[in-house]
Amino acid sequence: MAAPLLEAKALCCERGQSALFQNLSLSLRAGDCVWLRGANGCGKTTLLRTLAGLRVAEQGQVQRRAALRYIGHANGLKDELDLLEGLRFAALWAGLPADEASLSSALAYFELLPLRRRSARNLSQGQRRRAALAALALPQAGHCWLLDEPFDALDERGLALLIGLIQSHAASGGAILFTSHQPVPGLAAQTLQLDGVLP
Amino acid sequence: MMGLLLRRELRLAARRPIDAGLPVAFLLLAACLFPLGLGPEPEQLRRMAPGVMWVLALLASLLSLHSLYASDAQDGSLDQLLLPPHSAWRLAAVKALAHWLTQALPLLLATPLLGLMYGMQADRLGLLMLSLLLGTPTLSLLGNLAAALTLGLRNGALLNLLIVLPLAVPTLIFGCGAVGALEAGLPFDGHLSLLTALLIGGLLAFPLATAAALRIALI
Repeated sequence: MAAPLLEAKALCCERGQSALFQNLSLSLRAGDCVWLRGANGCGKTTLLRTLAGLRVAEQGQVQRRAALRYIGHANGLKDELDLLEGLRFAALWAGLPADEASLSSALAYFELLPLRRRSARNLSQGQRRRAALAALALPQAGHCWLLDEPFDALDERGLALLIGLIQSHAASGGAILFTSHQPVPGLAAQTLQLDGVLP
Repeated sequence: MMGLLLRRELRLAARRPIDAGLPVAFLLLAACLFPLGLGPEPEQLRRMAPGVMWVLALLASLLSLHSLYASDAQDGSLDQLLLPPHSAWRLAAVKALAHWLTQALPLLLATPLLGLMYGMQADRLGLLMLSLLLGTPTLSLLGNLAAALTLGLRNGALLNLLIVLPLAVPTLIFGCGAVGALEAGLPFDGHLSLLTALLIGGLLAFPLATAAALRIALI
């Protein structure tokens, strides 16, 4: 069996003196699509940030064998830039293809092409979410996605588009770990219950 | 990657032209207040000019510090900028360079105008510009560290001032001292060497310290 794209061993994370989870191990393999569940405040975001390398775990280690894409609560869009500029920078920064055709088709996937010259300031919440997710529609087979509440603010159409994107990414050898408060209909995913690991 | 980031920072700054103009406007206005407060005696103004310029340049370059990382942290782009394999110290170095180019360089360009206003002679004005050229990058690096340390704090803007001002004292002393030495007929190259030494030390230490501060702030 191929090595996992992302592997965490015996992870312990604390938040303000109290342990969020202890001895958590997980591995994401090519084709995995995992729904990270748990009550509010149980450490889902902390786990994702630790896996992404934005914070250091108090104990344990994370091995990353594939390129990571992390989309957090905040969209990471600059108000001063228009959508095309923002996506171009995101693509170059992440080492993804940034030619005009790839960028346009990624924006078109989320139906943002007519808005490509609009600055993020003048977009609705759902449109901003789509713009942040557009980086996922760039070609990136085999990458590992960590998505924190990716379905937030999306309308039904956006939801369907993102589910389609996640499914095709898993089918092409990528791995996805996402959080969501609501069950996502139509997305077959393994479940990882986070508060189950609390002592 | 560093070039890409610098272009992004400069593009963002270009979209906010008022932010770049504010420190210069502050410098010009504040410099006009000194003759009003202290009396318009030409000899006195000429003697005070280097010190006034240096203090004002320091204060003006502090004005914009707070938004250096705060806006990126707020909209989530700081997370994207720090995702592995990107290193935080490179980000800190580029941020400091961008801050210097967009905030300190306009001040430097406005200095000759103020020098004329205060009746400075050409050689003293030239030396003042040289000392500012060597000293302001250190201030940008230092301010960068303060901005990272105060990231996420409620009264970060004021704390920035309290952190930067004491640490900027050496730069201020040697910067003003260079022109003072020329005025007194003494050699001034020692002051410039020390300013350069401060800059080199700052280049080595501050980006790494800023990177550590950013990592702490993100947790």
